Amino acid sequence: MIERKVTVESKVGLHARPAALFVQTAAKAPMEITVAKPGGIPVNAKSILSLLALDARRGEQIVISADGEGAEQILDDLAALVAEDA
Amino acid sequence: MPELTGVGVSPGTGSGPVRRFVEVSLPSPAQAVPHGDPHLERARALAALEAVAVDLEMRARHATRPEARDVLNAQSMMVRDPGLIGGVSGRAMEGATAAVAIGRSFQIYRDMLAVTGGYLAARVADLNDLRDRAVARLYRLPMPGIPVSDEPFVLVARDLAPADTALLDPAQVLAIVTEQGGPTSHTAILARSLGIPAVVGCPGAASIAEGTIALVDGASGVVRLDPSSSDVERVRRAAASRATAAGAVTGKGMTSDGHPVPLFANIGGPGELAAALTHGAEGVGLYRTELLFLDRAKAPSQEEQRDVYREVLEAFPAGRVVVRVLDAGGDKPLTFLPAPGAEPNPGLGERGLRLLRRYPEILTAQLAALASAARGLPVKLQVMAPMVTDIADAEYFVKACRKAGIANAGIMIEVPAAALRARDLAPAVDFFSIGTNDLIQYACAADREVGALARLLDPWQPAVLDLVGIAGHAAHEAGMACGVCGEAAADPALACVLAGLGATSLSMNAPALPLVRAALAAHTMDECRHAAKTARAAASAAEARAAAREHLHALRDMGL
Repeated sequence: MIERKVTVESKVGLHARPAALFVQTAAKAPMEITVAKPGGIPVNAKSILSLLALDARRGEQIVISADGEGAEQILDDLAALVAEDA
Repeated sequence: MPELTGVGVSPGTGSGPVRRFVEVSLPSPAQAVPHGDPHLERARALAALEAVAVDLEMRARHATRPEARDVLNAQSMMVRDPGLIGGVSGRAMEGATAAVAIGRSFQIYRDMLAVTGGYLAARVADLNDLRDRAVARLYRLPMPGIPVSDEPFVLVARDLAPADTALLDPAQVLAIVTEQGGPTSHTAILARSLGIPAVVGCPGAASIAEGTIALVDGASGVVRLDPSSSDVERVRRAAASRATAAGAVTGKGMTSDGHPVPLFANIGGPGELAAALTHGAEGVGLYRTELLFLDRAKAPSQEEQRDVYREVLEAFPAGRVVVRVLDAGGDKPLTFLPAPGAEPNPGLGERGLRLLRRYPEILTAQLAALASAARGLPVKLQVMAPMVTDIADAEYFVKACRKAGIANAGIMIEVPAAALRARDLAPAVDFFSIGTNDLIQYACAADREVGALARLLDPWQPAVLDLVGIAGHAAHEAGMACGVCGEAAADPALACVLAGLGATSLSMNAPALPLVRAALAAHTMDECRHAAKTARAAASAAEARAAAREHLHALRDMGL
């Protein structure tokens, strides 16, 4: 399992437009991808409702995990989305 | 020709066929008769969800505002959420009817979102709306919400929730009429910012039949049904006169005899600077800083605050920017500033400066960020505190500002006690800014969001004019500035009256600036003072409005 630990930089947290962009990007990948707060229960990164319920706010860290071919690339893409204030 | 009258909250006129906001009463899911075939129930449920998603996508494609498009796209993603679809499928296969499967699956996510509060509380409303759409689809009922139409229409509703108004398309909606809501309700503020004529608190509106032609005057609050073509023509001409008047006067705000009344914009962040500059604002009269603090686990750092403030301050090199420090509490609670105890009446609780006095480190950090943002810039930075009640509040705030190196510290006048004793507060501060929205709510003891009280929430209430007059007089005696930064300043007639009552500057939503500038430029300061005097002498809001207009002779020609 490959992981990326990133700090949420978007002003609105991982909600609204940043959350939608995140889910749209994750949904394009074939493998399972999960998101969790450090030590928390992982949720499906392709589920906007689960992601909203995770309630990751600006300044908080999240862990994104995936496995399989192309996992490095998709995790980098997702981590970059989270780390920018869009 | 029938006529309804409500409160005009967004000037301009619109006429066209009425489309009613679709409210659907759905049968209780428990009453649904199961088909007995789980595969069929699952297929029906999933088809209903997909139909809702397709409808939302279609609306998103037609939306002209990017904000509305984002909301609609996010909603269509929610209906296609793999977790939701999995839950619906599973429940249907276990024997639930399609309606029950949909209802229960949404319930799970609603409960998860409801516990977090803030931004997500609004998403709970979204989920309810999406569930209702899916269930309506199952029963082949019309989908609730803002109607879709091939031609522009007049939107009529009992009331509109923030989630509904976010999706309004100014290209589609000619005017808005609601039965409930007041001048400072979400609907009114949004309609003004989008430039859609609107009448709220209009009894009988909800029973106007679909398709009726309505002529809506968002200034006077009159809604004419089945108007004659000459009526439509007359109102159109008035609208054209207004457009001409608004475009005719540019430059700084002043009366026709040259008394300057600087005109500023109210903003919530750097994103609104463009609109302020486009409409010729001479600066910012109210910068609400709450946006920076919302939906955060902890307060933004001093550096982050400084960068955002600097962006605003740089926009007006030769002007003035009045910043209101964090106005939290009440209906705007923040995670890192919990109210100290249960507040049965948050509007009268620890909000604004009262809360900052409990958390002085937040105030200190914000003032330091403001002082450092202004360093080296030519702009005149003024900082003010919300919810100041007495001299102790005023002195506390000014002292904190001085300590941070802020030379110009003022207070909002929005608590009646502060207005009544403005003469005691004036020597302690550098300026006043009258927040009419809260001043009206507190003076008339009427909650801003309670539609049934719209009549009381009228800024023309003589009691409110008295309070403004008292504060204006006290500021004048002390040789000090006294701005008005509430929605009241956006009404061109009232803007003249406020100037006559002693307001030295006016601040409003940017789109309202051109007409206010034109109205001031058409009258002398003496005419404004006479209008103010007769308005104060009136016994009711309606009389005050009528009496003031007698002295403001040019308004009619301007279509106001």
